[in-house]
Amino acid sequence: MATLADRVRTRPLGRASGGERSPRAVLFLIALWLCLFTGLVFLVVLIVQILVDGAPRLDLALITNYTSQLRPEQAGFRAAILGTIWVMGCTTVLAIPLGVAAAIYLEEFADNERWYTRLIEVNIQNLAAVPTIIYGLLTLGILSLLKPVLGFQNNNIVIGGGIALALLILPVIIIATRESLRSVPAEIRAGSLALGATPWQTVWRQTLPAAVPGIATGTIIALSRAIGEAAPLLLLGAAVFIRYDPDGLLSGFTTMPVQIYNLVSKPQEELQTASAAGIVLLLVMLLLMNAVAVLIRNKFQRRW
Amino acid sequence: MSTTTVGGGQSSGAGPPPGRAGPQVPPGENPSLRPSSKRLGERIILNLLFVAAVLSVLTTIAIVVSLVIPAIDFFRQIPIADFLTGTRWTPTFADPDYGVLPLVVGTLWTTGIALVVAVPLGLGAAMLISEYATDRARRVLKPVLEVLAGVPSVVYGFFALQFIGPVLLKGVLGIEVGTFNVLQAGLVLGIMIVPTVASLSEDAMSAVPSALRQGSAALGANRMQTTLKVVFPAAISGIIAAIVLGISRAVGETMILAIAAGNIAQIITDPRLGAQTMTGYIAQAATGETAVGSLGYNTLFAVGLSLFVITLAVNVISIRLVRRFREAY
Repeated sequence: MATLADRVRTRPLGRASGGERSPRAVLFLIALWLCLFTGLVFLVVLIVQILVDGAPRLDLALITNYTSQLRPEQAGFRAAILGTIWVMGCTTVLAIPLGVAAAIYLEEFADNERWYTRLIEVNIQNLAAVPTIIYGLLTLGILSLLKPVLGFQNNNIVIGGGIALALLILPVIIIATRESLRSVPAEIRAGSLALGATPWQTVWRQTLPAAVPGIATGTIIALSRAIGEAAPLLLLGAAVFIRYDPDGLLSGFTTMPVQIYNLVSKPQEELQTASAAGIVLLLVMLLLMNAVAVLIRNKFQRRW
Repeated sequence: MSTTTVGGGQSSGAGPPPGRAGPQVPPGENPSLRPSSKRLGERIILNLLFVAAVLSVLTTIAIVVSLVIPAIDFFRQIPIADFLTGTRWTPTFADPDYGVLPLVVGTLWTTGIALVVAVPLGLGAAMLISEYATDRARRVLKPVLEVLAGVPSVVYGFFALQFIGPVLLKGVLGIEVGTFNVLQAGLVLGIMIVPTVASLSEDAMSAVPSALRQGSAALGANRMQTTLKVVFPAAISGIIAAIVLGISRAVGETMILAIAAGNIAQIITDPRLGAQTMTGYIAQAATGETAVGSLGYNTLFAVGLSLFVITLAVNVISIRLVRRFREAY
């Protein structure tokens, strides 16, 4: 801080700063508030604009109808809603056990001095920064290996979408779970071990239950990221008009964000309105998920 | 899992008087849970957990392998020099050219515009939250800002195409833009990465010891001077890391660009025109019909590999920069 010391030494203190109310200081503070408000105003305008655009189509047909090019004023999101539920179900089943298991290993058992532990940690950080569309390319590779085993023809299948999104959110779940485990005090583990529990019994009966609220919150936030993700699913070919309910892991699918993308790129005005209404639906889903996450955090999280 | 007592003969009744019988744990540190006994179940579980952790490394390896194998096929047909230095990207033409530069330039435009938006807005918000806001205001402002990061990018794309371009740029500001242009896409992309930049720089500034602020105030500086000349330089490593992470987000973002930036691969010198980005190309080409193993299919992976290498390089640069600028307290 040599520069500051020099400046103060050469100028009288009182005049050097000009105080908190000097014009420059006030302008600076106003500029900072403007920075923050630009983002917030943007968000408000976005929501209002989409509500206005989508308002004419916020009806029951939006949920019960399939999408349609022939009758664009009746186009709905039925297949996309069911597809989203199927894919997110797969993602949850794949990502949560794996993510939590990896986090338990790294946080409770791993020896931090070992090179492979550090490799795993650096690797997880890097995975979190990989562009999402790359996960789509990865899933294409994985599906080409699974093709002879499962015997499907098309890449656009529910399990493919589930794998892509699960790999995408795995780093997020691992990081959230580790933070949650770390906040469980050491005394609980020590007490359990002292009473004769084995390491795994300690984790399963003491540490993990104590960390569940934090894990649940982190996981729901990760899932809410996955639900709005379209890029990796585009690579599987999900951007097609699906006019049937998905009925299994190998069934074709589309999801909410993918169908919104699909409609946005069509020329008909009615389909633009339908996509705005679809966005409202998607934002409501996200809002509900985040509300649940906040509720769990406020109600169950313990401060140690 | 058996529930028999561990520790054999040392039952509590006959043992030494209670006292410091448990493992000695320094406060704040977790006791080692590495198994000391040779229980089979414990070892199986530990190995399963280890496999789950190793899976993340396998994912990285799988990413590299799944990108490199089709990319090698691609570079067998298209010389790598032509790919890296060519200025025409026309894979679907009868006389196709595979020069990736137009896509790279498109990505540079959108990322550059996004940074022009996100760096001042993000740093301003971070300074306000870290240096001016009360604890209560901070608890409200931070999550509200985070909402911007939670909006799906396909929603931002829709907004850029339907509002920012036609209403804000054309209508309010009177800028003559095409339906698809990099300006609208870049502006919205910038707003999307504001929370990334703001949140990490706020962490960095909050971590600056308050003794530095007090020293600055004691020397007669006001808050603005303290923020700009003491806290900002002290937190510079974290701030640079935040900006670089924002860059890597902007480079890798797909949907906004696929929707709003346009899908003509051309080298532009005017942001009011449309241009395709690397991610935009992958998204657009993926929605068409491409047979596995064909040149068109392999092209996806060649562009994907370039994208992966660029984001990896950006991340490595950020780690280097952080090391160089780190100030220790």
